[in-house]
This record gives sequence, C-alpha cells and structure tokens, in this order.
Amino acid sequence: MHILLTYDVNTTTPEGQRRLRHVAKLCEGYGQRVQQSVFEIVTDQAGLLTLLDHITRTIADDEDNIRVYRLPAEGFTKVQTLGKAGLIPHNDPLIM
Amino acid sequence: MTELLNSLYIQTPGASLHLEHDAVRVRIPDDDQRRTLPLRRLDAIVVYGHVHLSTELLSRCADDGRDVVWMSAGGRFRSRLQGPVRGNVLLRHAQHLTHADLAARLRIARSIIAGKIQNSRQILLKGARDTNTATTKTELRDKAATCADYLAESQQATDLDQLMGWEGKTAEVYYTGLALLLNPNNDTGPLVGRSRRPPRDPVNSLLSFLYGLTRSHAHGALEQVGLDPYVGFLHGIRPGKPSLALDLMEEFRPVLADRLAVTLLNRKQIRAEHFEYQPPAQEADTVAPAGDHERAVHLTEDGRKIVLSEWQQWKQRQWRHKQLKRDVPAALLPVVQSRILARHLRGELPDYLPWSPT
Repeated sequence: MHILLTYDVNTTTPEGQRRLRHVAKLCEGYGQRVQQSVFEIVTDQAGLLTLLDHITRTIADDEDNIRVYRLPAEGFTKVQTLGKAGLIPHNDPLIM
Repeated sequence: MTELLNSLYIQTPGASLHLEHDAVRVRIPDDDQRRTLPLRRLDAIVVYGHVHLSTELLSRCADDGRDVVWMSAGGRFRSRLQGPVRGNVLLRHAQHLTHADLAARLRIARSIIAGKIQNSRQILLKGARDTNTATTKTELRDKAATCADYLAESQQATDLDQLMGWEGKTAEVYYTGLALLLNPNNDTGPLVGRSRRPPRDPVNSLLSFLYGLTRSHAHGALEQVGLDPYVGFLHGIRPGKPSLALDLMEEFRPVLADRLAVTLLNRKQIRAEHFEYQPPAQEADTVAPAGDHERAVHLTEDGRKIVLSEWQQWKQRQWRHKQLKRDVPAALLPVVQSRILARHLRGELPDYLPWSPT
C-alpha cells in the first residue's frame, strides 16, 4: 500500500532535535523523502505497524505531531508536482 | 508468495554504499545529491566494477539474507555474498544422496535438457510466426523440427556424456536459428555462433551479460529454498563451480535472456555504439588474442544501463506456470522451479518438471 507520512517535531530543545533526527532515520528505512518532513512509503500492513510502533516510542506525545495518509492503490503514480520537485520512482529500475 | 522486491544496480565507477540505520546511502562521485533507499524494499544489490560497499552494509545484508552480487564491468559474474548456511540439512542431505545415485541424477539431467531444448524451440517457432519472409519462416520451422528430433533423442541418452552431446548439437542448430531472428540491418553485426570467455562480437557480449544476470537469479533462488548451489546433476561437481545454479538456469536461458537480447537489438535500443572493444590481452584468463576479431567485446556504461533497465521490466512480466496453474513474474520463476526441484529431491514429486512458457 501507498502511505504518505508527514511529521512535525518540536525542535526548540536539543531533545526535540534528537527526536527529529530519529524520526527521519526511521522513515528513511521505509520510504523516500519527498519534502523536508514528508515521506512517500510503499509497504505492507506489517511494515506499517512496525514503523508506527517505532515512531510512537520515539516522539513526545504532547509536542510532536505525525500524520499518516493511506492513499488509494497506486496513489503515487498520480502525483502532480510543480517547481523543482521530481517524481520518485517507487517500482522503477534502480540503476545508478 | 514472496513479494517481488526491487534490485539496486550500481555501475558508476567510484560509487560507494553505506548503511544508515535501515537505509542504504548511495554516494555517486561528483554528485552531491543525498540519496537513501530503504533496505526493506531491496532484495538484491548488484554492483558492476569498482564500487565500494561498507562493512556494516555487507554484514547487514548477510544477516537479512539479501543478495549482494559482484559482477565485472563487462557483466561477468564475480562473486556473491554468502550468509550463514541455513539449517535445512535434511533437504541438502537428500540432494547429496540423489547426486550419488547415477540413475536419479540422469533422470533430473534429462528433464533439465528437455526443458532447455523445448524452450529454445519455442523461441524459434515464435520467431517463425513473427517473420514475414517465407524462406526464413521455413528455415526457422526446420530448425525447430531438428530441435524436436534432438529432444526426443536426448531423452534416450543412457549417460550424462551422451546427454551433453545432444545438448551441444541442439545449441549449434539453435544459435544459427537465433541468428536468423536478428534484423540484418542492425549495426551490431550478425551472430556467428556462440563465443564466450571472452565474447568476441557485440551480440555474444550482450548474450553473456544477460546470462550472467540469469545465473545470479538461479543461484539466489536455490539458496533461498535451501538447496546447495554447488551440487548439480547435469554439470559435474567441481570446486567453485555452482553447478546446480548452472543446471537450473538452462531452462531459462532462451526465454529470459535470448529473447530479450533479440528484442533489444531489433528495436535498436542496443546499437554498435553501446559496445567497446577491450585492448588486447587485458584479462589474465584470456588467451592472447590474434587479431581484431579475437578481442573481447563489452557493453559500455550506457549500454549496460539500457540493458539493466529493460531487464528489470522483463523480470516483472507475468508468465503462465502450468503446474501451479497461475501467472508468475519472471523474476520468481527460478524460485518456483527450485521449490519443485526440492520437492522432487524429498521424494514428494516423481519427477522434476522444467518450466516452459505457453
């Protein structure tokens, strides 16, 4: 399934900056960063549950804010972008 | 069924890969863009030529059972990362017992050859259907008929040498047939027989590159199922020779590699400009080349990029599997066939049945 995950982590304290880095690292293990705090993630139910569990244990409930959107099937193929944002190929060949 | 995950191919010389938590970070020289890819979306990392992988990344891949394959810049298989040997000892024991039983070994070898010849025939017949020239059509049908005769003969073989003899005779007919499928207007030149180690013309070099990819797939599939890739039935056992992987890839060569090669050449996606001739006697295991036509030919970096991108799509194509009665993506066919082989070795299936399209 295709997931859009956005986060707002309060970075006014060093502790908050640490949480921000941690959340970003977790998300990098699951998907592609498309904006500063927005990730496109392709995963299955089990993967999503694991990720959300890790995030729950990382963030501060009264300061941080995570939003998870489940997109319709193949949702990332219908993204419209403007400006310098490019489309992220999720299932295309990865050749570098 | 296992989900078909993506493979990461790295071919830029000087690139380096590092582990960052659950992601792999790719650094490309002269490019400051930050690239990370989630490891859990990758089932294999394939690197060509000079690429650096960090020790942390390698140990993580070994732990997860993710394939890491090293290929030479020209596409020849170099090595694979081998994780811990898994505990499927009963299956491996059955495999060794079967290998020691000459009659059982011959039976499996016959199936493998039957699969290969049958699939080769299909390529020639499909070519005959697609061609507009009447003479080529007849010629291809004749060659396919010869292959059918050899197929019947090979099944009467009473030892492995005879069987290999029929395989060789079929290959000769088959490659002359494959040559007819190529558009004569291609600037890559014709296919004049098979040459390898090193390939001496562009078409052979493309075939070798695709065989390398097919082979690493077969090898990975066997390990995934828990079979020992080094104990084969058709190809004898020799130190360092993954003979079961070579056995398993036979039935996939025509459909997975040859047909893709013909398509790429005839669509002119791969042209003469995508090949380079190696300076004479560069590689240690090459016999001293005599003239220009003896020199090894390799795909260029751009050429490899095109082939890999097409291969990646080709792997996703669904093929009918008769025994399973459902469609299977090409990339998972070797896994399915390894499971069928494992079931035969355990005595759950009377015979090993090779896969064949249609």
